[in-house]
Amino acid sequence: MNITLTNPHNPFEQRTAPAGGAAGAGLLPANGKPGKVKVEDLNFYYGAKQALFKINLEVAQNGVTALIGPSGCGKTTFLRVLNRMNDLIPGARLEGRVLLDGRDIYESSRDVVELRKRVGMVFQQPNPFPKSIYDNVAYGPRIHGTREKRSLDEIVERSLKGGALWEEVKDRLGEPALSLSGGQQQRLCIARVLAVQPEILLMDEPTSAIDPIATQRIEDLIRTLCHDYTIIIVTHNMQQAARISDWTGFFLQGELVEFGKTARIFTKPLDRRTEDYITGRFG
Amino acid sequence: MHSCVEKVMHTVFWISGLAIILFLGGILFSLLANSFPALRELGLAPFFTTGTWNPGAYGEPGYSLINMIKGTFMVTAGALVVAVPLGIAAAAYLSEVAGPRERELFKPVVEVLAGIPSVVLGFIGLVVLAPLIARVFKLSSGINALNGAILVGIMALPTIITLAEDAITAVPREYRHASLALGATRWQTIWKVTVPAAFSGLMAAVMLGMGRAIGETMTVLMVTGNMLAAPASFLDSVRTLSANIAIEIGDVAFHSLHFHALFVVGLVLFAITFAVNLLADILIHRKPGVRT
Repeated sequence: MNITLTNPHNPFEQRTAPAGGAAGAGLLPANGKPGKVKVEDLNFYYGAKQALFKINLEVAQNGVTALIGPSGCGKTTFLRVLNRMNDLIPGARLEGRVLLDGRDIYESSRDVVELRKRVGMVFQQPNPFPKSIYDNVAYGPRIHGTREKRSLDEIVERSLKGGALWEEVKDRLGEPALSLSGGQQQRLCIARVLAVQPEILLMDEPTSAIDPIATQRIEDLIRTLCHDYTIIIVTHNMQQAARISDWTGFFLQGELVEFGKTARIFTKPLDRRTEDYITGRFG
Repeated sequence: MHSCVEKVMHTVFWISGLAIILFLGGILFSLLANSFPALRELGLAPFFTTGTWNPGAYGEPGYSLINMIKGTFMVTAGALVVAVPLGIAAAAYLSEVAGPRERELFKPVVEVLAGIPSVVLGFIGLVVLAPLIARVFKLSSGINALNGAILVGIMALPTIITLAEDAITAVPREYRHASLALGATRWQTIWKVTVPAAFSGLMAAVMLGMGRAIGETMTVLMVTGNMLAAPASFLDSVRTLSANIAIEIGDVAFHSLHFHALFVVGLVLFAITFAVNLLADILIHRKPGVRT
């Protein structure tokens, strides 16, 4: 498969100077690239219940960052902080700063629509709209103002290629998306996100609802996409994190216990709890 | 002992279910039986050829339902023009926008609206709406099809709002989240994802609201003027099928041809509402979400 996805709308790719600076966090990924996302002293609450405790984290541009941890540890909550999907939950509240290219995404003047365009999300359950394959992919560009048929055709083709689905569906773009298999639906959802040309892809256990072969296709896809996109993936599956990620963060009871290079986390964890978790002593 | 109770309860429920079918069958039977003498003497044709309705006339009585069907259609269509956009927008507001407190305030209001006796609405139509229509359109009287359409639209609103809200609420949250995560605004999500996904349910809501509008009698009888002439516009007086029966049934001689002709009117009305409800039922049970 020939994948030619570039990200022309990302002005930060050429950037050389670090965007945020690493003061205070101490978790700068060790590849020298500037931090794309930087989280500072993040506390998060659902009403009175605190779900995240003093999270500090810096995610480098491009590559895959995996967030692992047992159920209810806050990794999905954390992921949804990054595109402000938690705004939809009544009573959700947040302290601290979340910087995208150095700017706080929670500052009051910030446009959520613009943010979500830049920070795309793929959900646990494949959730294509009850529309045709074409209309699913074209949905994002359309709501953001692309009307012309030719450019929509182009975006749909490019995005479906990016989602590694083009060859399977190119002759039946008008068919309902819900007629696709689960794995195809999930790749369609990825293509749908790519169509709005985001810079960051958030993935919330994207393979937990699909079979092993489809899972492998999506893992391959993630490895390809991470050259052009910054991917942050929540996964339940430690082997998956080890296979596909460059950095891994381990969450436990709302705390980020440890964050670092995946190879290091899985071979020489610094924290006892991380070691217990990855060796399967709990979780 | 136990199985005996089971058996008795089973029979009780079975009879209750059967009763409903018997009622419907009985109604249909008496409609058919009572309209049969008229149909035997006249055939179906005189009811559906142009002309006037005047069964009591000496010499050449007329049995045409055309003007009344037209009047019924105008009031119903007008009511839908009022009730569908308002009803679906209100349902979208209730299920997608309103907070729990607004919903708590709004829902009982909808129920109260459903409970207003139609004669009271007709009264309001006479003393409030009619003068208003007369002034706006510079007419001598506001007793016309428009008046009836507006009021029947208001009467159909609770049905449409309640059913449309159920349909919209039944749309999986995942669709909304996917749309919002793509950077769609809440409004784009409602109109481009949620409402289209609820389409068949919304159509059913509209159909059932329409069924309500077609059969409505008292309000239209009070405010539409009940003229038998062919209506040219919404500002003309019309007589609906239902109003015609209510007006004349008290004055005709029992078992006269006129009497039986009125049952044919009832049969036509029944057939129309039955068709609309059947269509609604088909739409409700159509598998949602696989439209392209």
